[in-house]
Amino acid sequence: MNLDFSDEQKAIKGELRRVLEAHPGVKSARDALEGRAPFDKALWRTLGELGWLSVSIPEDHGGQGLGSETLCCVAEEIGRSLAAVPFASSVVLAAEAVLLAGSEAQKRKSLPALASGERIGALAIADSAGPLLPQSITTVCRDGHLTGTKIGVTHGMIANLLVTVALRDGEPELFLVEADGDGVERQPQTGVDPSRAPARISFRNAPAQALGATNGWNGIRRLLDRAAVVVAFEQLGTADAALELAKDHALNRRAFGRPIGSFQAIKHKLADVYIANELARSNAYYAAWALQADAKSLPLASATARVAATEALERAARELIQVHGGIGVTWEHDCHLYYRRAQHLALVLGGLKEWQHRLVAELARAA
Amino acid sequence: MDFEDTPEEAAFRAEARAWIASTGKRFVPPPDATDAEIVRIAKAWQAARADAGYAGLGLPASIGGRPGALIEEIIFLQEQASHPMARVEIMTLGTGMAIPTILAHGKPEHLEKLGRSTLRGDTIWCQLFSEPGAGSDLAGIRTSAVRDGDAWIVNGQKVWTSGALFADWGLLITRSDPSQPKHRGLTYFLLDMRTAGVDVRPLKQLGGRSEFNEVFLTDVRIPDRLRLGEINGGWKVAITTLSNERLALTGDAAVGRNLIAPLLRLASRTRAADGRPLLEDSGFRERLASYYVTVAGIDHIGARISTALSRGQNPGSEAAIGKMTLTRWLQAMGTFGMDLAGIAGCIVDRDGDPDLFEIQQGFFLAPGYRMGGGTEEIGKNILAERVLGLPPDIRPDKDAPFNTLPRSS
Repeated sequence: MNLDFSDEQKAIKGELRRVLEAHPGVKSARDALEGRAPFDKALWRTLGELGWLSVSIPEDHGGQGLGSETLCCVAEEIGRSLAAVPFASSVVLAAEAVLLAGSEAQKRKSLPALASGERIGALAIADSAGPLLPQSITTVCRDGHLTGTKIGVTHGMIANLLVTVALRDGEPELFLVEADGDGVERQPQTGVDPSRAPARISFRNAPAQALGATNGWNGIRRLLDRAAVVVAFEQLGTADAALELAKDHALNRRAFGRPIGSFQAIKHKLADVYIANELARSNAYYAAWALQADAKSLPLASATARVAATEALERAARELIQVHGGIGVTWEHDCHLYYRRAQHLALVLGGLKEWQHRLVAELARAA
Repeated sequence: MDFEDTPEEAAFRAEARAWIASTGKRFVPPPDATDAEIVRIAKAWQAARADAGYAGLGLPASIGGRPGALIEEIIFLQEQASHPMARVEIMTLGTGMAIPTILAHGKPEHLEKLGRSTLRGDTIWCQLFSEPGAGSDLAGIRTSAVRDGDAWIVNGQKVWTSGALFADWGLLITRSDPSQPKHRGLTYFLLDMRTAGVDVRPLKQLGGRSEFNEVFLTDVRIPDRLRLGEINGGWKVAITTLSNERLALTGDAAVGRNLIAPLLRLASRTRAADGRPLLEDSGFRERLASYYVTVAGIDHIGARISTALSRGQNPGSEAAIGKMTLTRWLQAMGTFGMDLAGIAGCIVDRDGDPDLFEIQQGFFLAPGYRMGGGTEEIGKNILAERVLGLPPDIRPDKDAPFNTLPRSS
């Protein structure tokens, strides 16, 4: 039994944390909010140069082959920093889709540039409001060309390579599309979290390459299950950072002659945040093991990690504002950067309800 | 990370599983067993464990234990989880609280007298801490201890004392100097429950069972050699007992009892309000999922604790989370499950639907579980202060002489 990161993995986390401290993530999230820059290009370049974007990509394809647990370490630190970088979109969703379903040639062509950060990938999956279901896919592929519209594509405005879902002969499949290619039109959308550069993307007869080993909706679910584990670590990192900020404020802010953190109303609120974060951490650790080991329990472990992390981060972000009082609801204060990020991450792979349903379906199947 | 056992752990697990499967059959109480019968079987089970080398894992060899074997203890408890003895908690007080307290503060003769017999289940313990006027605020106890030669004369009343009816010895905290501030005038004793003046009276709980007792102490004479720690230094000893209690509670029945399986089974043969199968109902699925992530999260916190122990590290403060979250959920899901059954939910029938009956047991047990070992509100204060580093509340009584403090009316 060993449910903890190794000393080596902990050292990796510490090293990345130092890199991220030199590029304050809160500042880049603020820059995106104010419309100054959609993401932190300098940090992205640094992360690419130092190899942080390639930890889980195999060595044959320009990566380091350190495995998905190390990828989880990176996600947690990036989440903690709140940096405006397309980490999960590019490294977790796009690269993972190519790894799961691409041909050797597609891997050779796409992965090295994603691994170095030279190109940015994004997943364009939703066609309309509502849960992610095969019957809600309306984009179609005919003769290698896509037609349809995708909404809420996270990092869609800054992506070079799109992984998308379309029906071919009535079956959902994954496709690669050049974001600047013919027949692709991108419009910026106003995001709950503007640091995620969301786009509406229309395909009009856009050339596309099928990721041939998709295996239909099951393969797409598998991609989401795997990504949910890594994103749970990003959520966990953000939730820990939110708790620390709330705690710092509770220690410094004085009212009625004493620090507000000495009042039980605040103590119990922050203890509840701490408990939710620890539950999320434990579930995420188990899922990280299931992901790395490709265990049979992965679908249940992934849904569990996803639900726990979403609930924890929503609570942490909500209470961060509440503990701050009036100052927490101002545009100038950073609290709402966490609140926005929490809600974006809660929806980006499909919402809480969808994952709760998936969790119980897996439980009932196992029973 | 590795969720699998090491080869040594796997070997121990296989051995323990086989032993529990074969030997355990002789230690299953009949459904209508009285508490006294259950205690008799639990004592025999503990002796069998000791004979087979499965007791005192993590405790010193001098009393028959095996030091450094905490991970084996955890594996044994995991393997024992589905055996009825897993739900009998009466031994935890001795092995999980009395022995660690004696190890930290006692004299060799205390350990010699009581260690081995506790490990074998021959000596049963109870905890004489809470009083009618002092629960969460434990340092406000009023049971008095007055020095009389080489002994002390103790008078007062204790309450919520689990297992006192069957206990041979008690862990007792008393007030020996009321002129000192409340934490400073306390003295801690080991009490032989057969001493004259000890009167145990069962309390019937809201669910109809009697696990708690009140214990009246009238002119009870305790030799000074049974004192643990310094005179007026009892608070420090009590803290040792309490911190072991919190650790012991991570493996106890309140944490082990969850309603996931009975709720799933009940839902698989019940309809939702709109007539569709309940298992497909959104409200049911969303609620059950949130419950499950708590149950699974606590389970995996257990795995993180095992990881720390197997590396020779102390588990972190996450150990305290299990009791204070799962007991609250148990209460909520007890109500939820009875609601799913509709009108049938208001009938308690031991011979009826076993899943509904188990759900109802959760409903009745949870209020007590939420108090046991300290309320969840006190637990959250402790987390906020010790883990998050938030400042303590203002305590106007902290430095005043105890005998000048106002009392509850």
